[in-house]
Amino acid sequence: MQATDFIRLTLGSVFSQHLRSFLTALGIAVGVAAVVLLTSIGEGVHRFVLAEFSQFGTNILAVTPGKNTTFGMSGAVINTVRPLTMEDAEALKRVADVEAVVSVVQGNAEVEFGKRSRRTMIIGAGHAVPAVWQMDVEIGRFLPDDDPRNARAFAVLGSKMADELFGSRSPLGEIVRIAGERFRVIGVMESKGTMLGFDLDDTLFIPAGRALEMFNREGVMEIDLLYRSTANVDQLEEQISRLMQARHGYEDFTIITQEEMLETLGSILDILTLAVGALGGISLLVGGVGILTIMSIAVNERTHEIGLLRALGTRRRQVLGLFLGEAVLLSATGGFAGLVIGAGGAALLGLAIPALPVHTPWYFVLLAELMAVAIGVIAGVAPARRAASLDPVEALRAE
Amino acid sequence: MIELDSIERVFQVGDEEVHALKHVTLTIDKGEYLSIMGPSGSGKSTLLNILGLLDRPTSGTYRLDGIDTTSMGDNEQADTRRHRIGFVFQSYHLVPRLTAAENVALPLMLSGMAPKERHVIVEQALDNVDLLDRAEHRPDQLSGGQRQRVAIARATIMQPTILLADEPTGNLDHISGESVIEVLEALNKQGIILIVVTHDMDIGERAARRIRMVDGSISKDVR
Repeated sequence: MQATDFIRLTLGSVFSQHLRSFLTALGIAVGVAAVVLLTSIGEGVHRFVLAEFSQFGTNILAVTPGKNTTFGMSGAVINTVRPLTMEDAEALKRVADVEAVVSVVQGNAEVEFGKRSRRTMIIGAGHAVPAVWQMDVEIGRFLPDDDPRNARAFAVLGSKMADELFGSRSPLGEIVRIAGERFRVIGVMESKGTMLGFDLDDTLFIPAGRALEMFNREGVMEIDLLYRSTANVDQLEEQISRLMQARHGYEDFTIITQEEMLETLGSILDILTLAVGALGGISLLVGGVGILTIMSIAVNERTHEIGLLRALGTRRRQVLGLFLGEAVLLSATGGFAGLVIGAGGAALLGLAIPALPVHTPWYFVLLAELMAVAIGVIAGVAPARRAASLDPVEALRAE
Repeated sequence: MIELDSIERVFQVGDEEVHALKHVTLTIDKGEYLSIMGPSGSGKSTLLNILGLLDRPTSGTYRLDGIDTTSMGDNEQADTRRHRIGFVFQSYHLVPRLTAAENVALPLMLSGMAPKERHVIVEQALDNVDLLDRAEHRPDQLSGGQRQRVAIARATIMQPTILLADEPTGNLDHISGESVIEVLEALNKQGIILIVVTHDMDIGERAARRIRMVDGSISKDVR
């Protein structure tokens, strides 16, 4: 049989029962739409979260004190974690491929200017923050490259901090009191928004050495370093680990690369997307059952026709193909409609609720359509086989 | 030509074996006009199904144009039906959603002929049964006699050697039945083997060779 005739015959039988075919295809359409819509939202959330985490750049490596492993010996003997020091940071600066280093100390303190005061997050850091965390100053400049042990008392405000304390006045050159100590404001950061609910603008930067004193800490909480994008991360990690072990005597620190973190996060989010996709898949399955039902009914109703086709010399395989073709036509059309509904719905949802991140990746679309076709084949194969295996004499005689 | 040699067909009905055909031996020459008559359950339909390769005999051989059909596979039998055998059924068996022309074209379509080539052949076939003006009508827009003529056009479109008609006038009034029989007889005059199974004595008597079946055997074979 020619392909055009095959398509015409199949279309003809599907259209002759238009209401029934429409409803059956609708079942698949709803399923595919659900899969596309849900995975679009899942993928949107995925991208949103990754973007939140990578807004500080991806070529970052963090060294934190302590080791996340359990040792076999009694903890009391070797449980002496040496703090990470400013000297460690200085040493790391000299490792090849490292472009910039920031020692981080965090704490909360009261910031006062005139009669206003505000408790906020104080970040003790160094001059390399703009480079390493990809943040820029809006006005003024960031902390200067002072000797870390003896840095001048300068402060840089987060944009919200500046608004709260100074309103419309320029804070540059003003003196603020942080936990009682005087700091001169030399810059205001650009607004960076929030990250997972944490307001990045409601902060204040001071030199790390001063923050150590202010919060009475022995060591910094983290050393972030920016490496060249061309660097081999594994080698770099190895080098840093060796250097730190030489300085501390044993491995009492943890190295986390941004890449690793994003990978872990990515795989968690992949599972999320998969899970919501599977949820939509259930309705697709129900659509498949609809096709199975309708095709079984069609084979029963058209027993005479099958007998006739066999009498006219149609081979069993051709009968199988015709009925399978109808099932696939139903599922593929339904699937296509579902794609349009799902992708359109996702786009509308994105417009209606801008806060909801929505993204429809084309390979999901393709996958959903292929899945619809596959469901058509799976659902159609049993009825089609029954049609093909009918005895022509019985089929022609059937009431 | 058709050569049946001691054909037997046994059906298993529950625990019982029913011998629908008992050692039927029959030779039909090219261009013969044959009627098969007999009471219900005499095995006429079974014989027709075996002649049409819709059913296989339990034993015996059936040679069609010198070729043994009993050893053929399923696909080979289907191909033989397509090219050598035409069927006309009591209830026409037209596909309701296809037009008369499409119904007639069905065997050509299934054999893979291109629509353009088909067109002329289908028109000719419809013209032969005097239904050219009904080509685009669907079966439910045609009378019984017209439907049966469409079915005849379909059965003969592949130019088969045998035309098997199972009660072709069974659902028709006398006048429509008459015209259908005339069409069938005209085809027989062109050389096709015409085998008509019927209850109707008048129609059965018109055949040049009349076979009577009783209890699965040929009881009379009159020329």
